[in-house]
Amino acid sequence: MNHKNETLRNISVPVLSVLLGLILGAIIMLIFGYDPILGYKSLIEGSVGSSFYIGETLRQATPLILTALGFAVANTAGFFNIGVAGQALFGWLGSVTLAIMFPDLPRMLLIPLCLIGGAVAGAIWAGIAGYLRAYFGTSEVIVTIMLNYTALYISNHMVRNVLTNADDATPRISDNATLRSGFLANITDNSTLHYGLFIAIIMCIVMWIFMNKTTAGYELRAVGLNSFAAEYAGMSAKKNIVMAMVISGALAGLGGSMEGIGNFQNIFVMSSMPSIGFDGMAVSLLGAGNPFGILVSALLFGALKIGGISMPMGSDVPTEVVDIVIAAIIFFVGANYLIRYFMNKFNQPKIKITQAVTAKKEVN
Amino acid sequence: MVDENYVIEMLNITKAFGTFKANDNINLKVKKGEIHALLGENGAGKSTLMNILSGLLEPTSGEIKIHGKPVVINGPTVANKLGIGMVHQHFMLVKKFTVTENIILGNEPSKAGFIDKKVAIKTIKDLSERYGLKVNPSKVVEDISVGMEQRVEILKTLYRGADILIFDEPTAVLTPQEIDELILIMRELVKEGKSIILITHKLDEIKAVADRCTVIRRGKSIGTVDVKSTSQQELADLMVGRSVSFKTKKGPSHPENVVLKVENLVVKESRGLEAVKNLSLEVRAGEILGIAGIDGNGQSELIQAITGLRKIESGSIELEGKAIGNLPPRKITETGLGHIPEDRHKYGLVLKMSLAENIALQTYYQKPLSNHGFLDYPAIKEYARKLIEEFDVRTPNELVPASALSGGNQQKAIIARELDRNPSLLIAAQPTRGLDVGAIEYIHKRLIEQRDHKKAVLLMSFELDEILNCSDRIAVMYDGKIAAIVDPKQTTEQELGLLMAGSSLEKARAALQAEEEEKKEAELIES
Repeated sequence: MNHKNETLRNISVPVLSVLLGLILGAIIMLIFGYDPILGYKSLIEGSVGSSFYIGETLRQATPLILTALGFAVANTAGFFNIGVAGQALFGWLGSVTLAIMFPDLPRMLLIPLCLIGGAVAGAIWAGIAGYLRAYFGTSEVIVTIMLNYTALYISNHMVRNVLTNADDATPRISDNATLRSGFLANITDNSTLHYGLFIAIIMCIVMWIFMNKTTAGYELRAVGLNSFAAEYAGMSAKKNIVMAMVISGALAGLGGSMEGIGNFQNIFVMSSMPSIGFDGMAVSLLGAGNPFGILVSALLFGALKIGGISMPMGSDVPTEVVDIVIAAIIFFVGANYLIRYFMNKFNQPKIKITQAVTAKKEVN
Repeated sequence: MVDENYVIEMLNITKAFGTFKANDNINLKVKKGEIHALLGENGAGKSTLMNILSGLLEPTSGEIKIHGKPVVINGPTVANKLGIGMVHQHFMLVKKFTVTENIILGNEPSKAGFIDKKVAIKTIKDLSERYGLKVNPSKVVEDISVGMEQRVEILKTLYRGADILIFDEPTAVLTPQEIDELILIMRELVKEGKSIILITHKLDEIKAVADRCTVIRRGKSIGTVDVKSTSQQELADLMVGRSVSFKTKKGPSHPENVVLKVENLVVKESRGLEAVKNLSLEVRAGEILGIAGIDGNGQSELIQAITGLRKIESGSIELEGKAIGNLPPRKITETGLGHIPEDRHKYGLVLKMSLAENIALQTYYQKPLSNHGFLDYPAIKEYARKLIEEFDVRTPNELVPASALSGGNQQKAIIARELDRNPSLLIAAQPTRGLDVGAIEYIHKRLIEQRDHKKAVLLMSFELDEILNCSDRIAVMYDGKIAAIVDPKQTTEQELGLLMAGSSLEKARAALQAEEEEKKEAELIES
């Protein structure tokens, strides 16, 4: 019975988080004098209202699924990987670079090459932080934040001075490297949906099996939950930390590849980290680190982002307020510990009442 | 109804955590000037009750009266003001501060914004003399002994004006001699009008010092008894709820070949100081070697070195004739080591994982529990169910998290996991720490069973009773070395106590003999 309650709570907490976020968003719209019902109506229409919008939402969710999976794997092993963004950017850079280097390779070869390249680039970037933490005890939080900046500037330098001649963006990749598909565009009214979605879904399944059914996943969980007991049982905490980070970075890198050869078809000079990194962390938290929870919450995030674009047109709510509303929802998602806390509080009086009843019975 | 001068009355106290009632209608009444023992198994609800009294938890229902007046204790500061002070089991002292600085911490006497140390030192000296504590206020805490640290804790509560003192398992870290001194201090305190609540599950201490004793079992108060007219056996039966045997039955040992051989071992502790200093010992098949000693004399480091959890600096360790020094833990385990770790929550279990996954913790990577890197969950569950049955682990099923089990059952699960692999050497470090009499009985039986099956057992414990009860030979560790190896049949607690405190075997025997003669002389003079 207890187990069921726990599962129920794991589902109800994120749902409640989203609802509270929506309510706060509505209040904010009211304060600024906009109609929240109209606002949300256009948000929904703009995210799932037509096959085009559905395609866009799915496309938006694709890299988030992968970066969130990456964050979750590291988190399971007790490693707080803030560097998802930088690793994703490296993945993006890696896959686009390969696509530009070998534009004429056959498609069946080039796409896997680009994907593997992206994953390896992300894995290396994350592996550095994992190695430093495991063997020198450095704080992964600081190292990954710093590596984010390093990744950003390396990437910008590569775009400007290596991949192009002082341009702000690389040329588009060749058709042999793109994940876009005429078929997917067709059925979604010419949206930018690409094959990456299937890669992301497959990775969800693979990661679920890895975490729950393999000895390696078992070791990762044991190290994350109690590294002392893991060492006692003969597992190497060091090896596992590095492994968790490498897998985490590979997934994040793959997320970046989705942007590179799926969505944007090139790489450009950026002023800040790609948002799929930090959004991926939020998605992972909302999905409670469970691959299928991540799948659902990534779709929600995708819908918010895509639907948000339509809100100013459908309801006069300015983009800035839309951003505040979306931030409010994300805030509540991040604050789900707070919600858990209040749920526990609300649950207590009920017990008191039942106790009083049983106490009375005893007296009788 | 104000009668008999009760300083504390806790009436019908209930504290529920979710659907679990840690305290269920508990009554506790403490008279002024008495030492009142609170006896109960681990998890019986003693700590919860005391946390309620010291304001850390609020009761779900019930009433508390101090000096006959109803009070609501909704925070530690309130408890403080009511004169309730807690002497914690784990001392909460700042090591780099002096005794005085520690005592006045949070309650500094000041003059124009500056701490008035002179006043503080004088107050502390006065208090120390009045209660016979003999504490030097200007010493730095890291330079004083564990027993002294405890006295500083006592002074801390007195300094804050406590007249009701709660002692939480105060003897756990003390030598027998220090325990005697503590008992004198407690007597001195009640003589001066303080009241004491003593939390413990050690029956001999209750007999030695307490006036009355309230027994708690599974969250309910079973009753309050007069200690003088109740025997230890009766107390134990009350606590456990059935009759228990104290002495574990065991036949003579028949030691055979050497299984574990440690030679000139040097191990450093985490700060880089030598914790094990050139130590040698042997454990044979078919014997239990007990390692006695006060916490912090290198026992933990020795065991971590043997089990591969800590690097050795020099010397050698051989298990079944194979050198295992500095091998990775898994290699050592596979050579034939079973290890019941000292801290079952830190090392023994992954508390949030299921019981089944914990039972698989040492063998998950082998057939039949896994295949080509994939775990076989049906096999793991079946294996767990088999061990749960065989070792009588009380649990709803094998899928609950390990944290849901009681301490005794957690320990049984660890023992099941370690013994089922049939290791030639079993290391049991503090295997019964914090467990109740029933579980202790069970674990001792299992250890002796291993011995009788011609396995080698190394038992490390801070509990002298346990060491004396189970061991075939006793090695006393002091300052990283073996001070002496004695025969449990020919030694006494006093002798072990002196050895543990650092005297040599000859000196200890001489001192004990002198004491005996003194007593005889005193008797002669009296008669």
